[in-house]
Amino acid sequence: MSELIEAFNTFIQTPIGAIIWLVARIFAIMVPVLLGVAYLIYAERKVLAAMQLRMGPNVVGPFGLFQPFADALKLMGKETIIPSGANRFIFIAAPMLTFFLSLVSWAVIPFSDKLVLANVNVGVLYLFAVSSLAVYGIIMAGWASNSKYAFLGGLRSAAQMVSYEVSIGLVIINVLLLAGSLNLSDIVRGQTSMWYAIPLFPMFIVFFISGLAETNRAPFDLPEGESELVGGFNVEYSSMSFALFFLGEYANMILMSGMTVILFLGGWLAPFNWQCPIEFLEPLWGIFWFTSKICFMLFMFLWVRATLPRYRYDQLMRLGWKVFLPFSLIYVVGVAGYLVSTGNFPKVGV
Amino acid sequence: MSMFHSVKRFLLWDIIKGMALTFSYMFKRRVTINYPFEKGPIGPRFRGEHALRRYPNGEERCIACKLCEAICPAQAITIEAEPREDGSRRTTRYDIDMIKCIYCGLCQEACPVDAIVEGPNFEYATLTREELYYNKEKLLANGDRWEPEIAANMTKDAPYR
Amino acid sequence: MNAELIPAVLFYLFAGVLVLSAMMVVASRNPVHSVLFLILAFFNAAGLFLLLGAEFAAFILVIVYVGAVAVLFLFVVMMLDIDFEQLRKGAWKSLPVGILVGLVLVSQMVMTAVNWQSLPTAGSSILSPAARHAAATNTQAVGAILYTDYVYPFQIAGLILLVAMIGAIVLTLRDRGGVLRQNINSQITRKASDVVEVRKVQKGAGIS
Repeated sequence: MSELIEAFNTFIQTPIGAIIWLVARIFAIMVPVLLGVAYLIYAERKVLAAMQLRMGPNVVGPFGLFQPFADALKLMGKETIIPSGANRFIFIAAPMLTFFLSLVSWAVIPFSDKLVLANVNVGVLYLFAVSSLAVYGIIMAGWASNSKYAFLGGLRSAAQMVSYEVSIGLVIINVLLLAGSLNLSDIVRGQTSMWYAIPLFPMFIVFFISGLAETNRAPFDLPEGESELVGGFNVEYSSMSFALFFLGEYANMILMSGMTVILFLGGWLAPFNWQCPIEFLEPLWGIFWFTSKICFMLFMFLWVRATLPRYRYDQLMRLGWKVFLPFSLIYVVGVAGYLVSTGNFPKVGV
Repeated sequence: MSMFHSVKRFLLWDIIKGMALTFSYMFKRRVTINYPFEKGPIGPRFRGEHALRRYPNGEERCIACKLCEAICPAQAITIEAEPREDGSRRTTRYDIDMIKCIYCGLCQEACPVDAIVEGPNFEYATLTREELYYNKEKLLANGDRWEPEIAANMTKDAPYR
Repeated sequence: MNAELIPAVLFYLFAGVLVLSAMMVVASRNPVHSVLFLILAFFNAAGLFLLLGAEFAAFILVIVYVGAVAVLFLFVVMMLDIDFEQLRKGAWKSLPVGILVGLVLVSQMVMTAVNWQSLPTAGSSILSPAARHAAATNTQAVGAILYTDYVYPFQIAGLILLVAMIGAIVLTLRDRGGVLRQNINSQITRKASDVVEVRKVQKGAGIS
């Protein structure tokens, strides 16, 4: 056994071995994420159905469990239509960009104490930067489609995402004040004694609501706005390009839930610092808690969608700029003031 | 009072109430039926797919009086008639354009011999339009297929006629 | 593959794409393409920062310029729908002036480049406050310097931005009369008992 590990270690030291090992680790993250996306779509349909006294998909496979794959096959079999007035390159690039950005953030997400692809020391900034780029996929799609509905959807989305990023940024600053680090693993470790959701509960709610707006989910799904914009920015898309938007949206949901869990719900930490009851499964303990917390947050996403009606555009802007921005700003000042006055300000290197 | 209201608003009380409501609905009994496997009940007067009936001895009922063709508001029925070898008056052609048909049921009301009826079948969607131009063979075949159900429905409906 | 080669290759890649996309910003006919090339240029600049080990600056560049400023650019450019044929009509008339200005600029650049001499002490005279915080991550170093040595310039810059913001609001805010606005407070605090009255109506009597 130890010889095998030795051989493996020497193999990943070689340039080719290192590349293969890197690709393998990337796949080890991507494949579960994409499977999660597939089953998130299934879960959404089931949860919404349950809350609306319906059954949801139940024909393909046991309990309809193969429905996502049937949907994927159906979408792949469709014809890709490019509108005649569309800007071809941007039209095709937009869904790819959306999908790419929704996956690329997973590089810095710590799944458990040691399990992280890239432990960069500005992980929060990286996540924030990538999520602020997501707007480009949508705005490019809206513009390149050369269609009024798509364009309106794209513009709405741009305004919405830029606005809510401001409050997300301020909420993150709250967490950073408590954690004293931009590294996601350090932020999680800082929550060993108390999850940040407890002292920062209002910020947790603000972050969650802003996350809904950032991922264009109900009640902030104005960019899609089926009732007034037909389908919003993805009106002109079909086949795989539509599927990429779809996958991207749901991967972003999972990512936003992951961010919420890391920043507020203690990441991979078990509640009350439970130890793993079975020693053999110790390495999976963190992953188990991380994924179950993510599942809880995703259920919240679906639950909110089943409950609340869509906001009007001006109400959305009012909420973002006139309620969340001042509120989170005041909270930042309050938290900083409290930390300084009690001398609990996190010690940083300098 | 307004203080109480603002506290309620700040704590998102209304939203929490709404979420609790939707959550409680998750555990309620489903009101939908599992359609292709379960079907809802339909009444004896249900107006579904058309059928041409026969007498129990196998003779077709239709006598080509063309009353149905005349009354059809959508003009979906086309009938051509000729005397048969035995001298009885029969249709040589009885077409219903199921795309034009509005399922008003006037044809079965008009029929003096209960030949054309709208049966209980509603699952006859097709992939092409052509398949919905029904001719006499198709209608008679429908009649043969659905005769037990159609007869049962007609006896159920008879007391109210 | 040695350790020095990879950063060099990456540098030339980022720098090359940066220069090319910066040129395309000017050269591209479609203004939306220009903005998209600008974004590409920002990205490559962020890549260069990363190569320098300045990851904080790199990500702030992406967040602020790509995530916010360029979105607003794109917003404006998409909404404006400028007729470029119309704009280009006058371009030939001002060509001589353009050439003149260009010549002056190029000659200045050439003169500077030819006469460029760095002081022998230049290497040591660089104000390098970061060296004091060599152990800290560069986020902490930036913070420590910004809020100590440069706290007044920092505050003044903030004030200038605030003044600009207020100025923009003052210039564009119009108070039009006769516009119906939603007052969410009054809507939410409204109670059913204030606006609805349930009455038992007698048969044939009606409501007075």
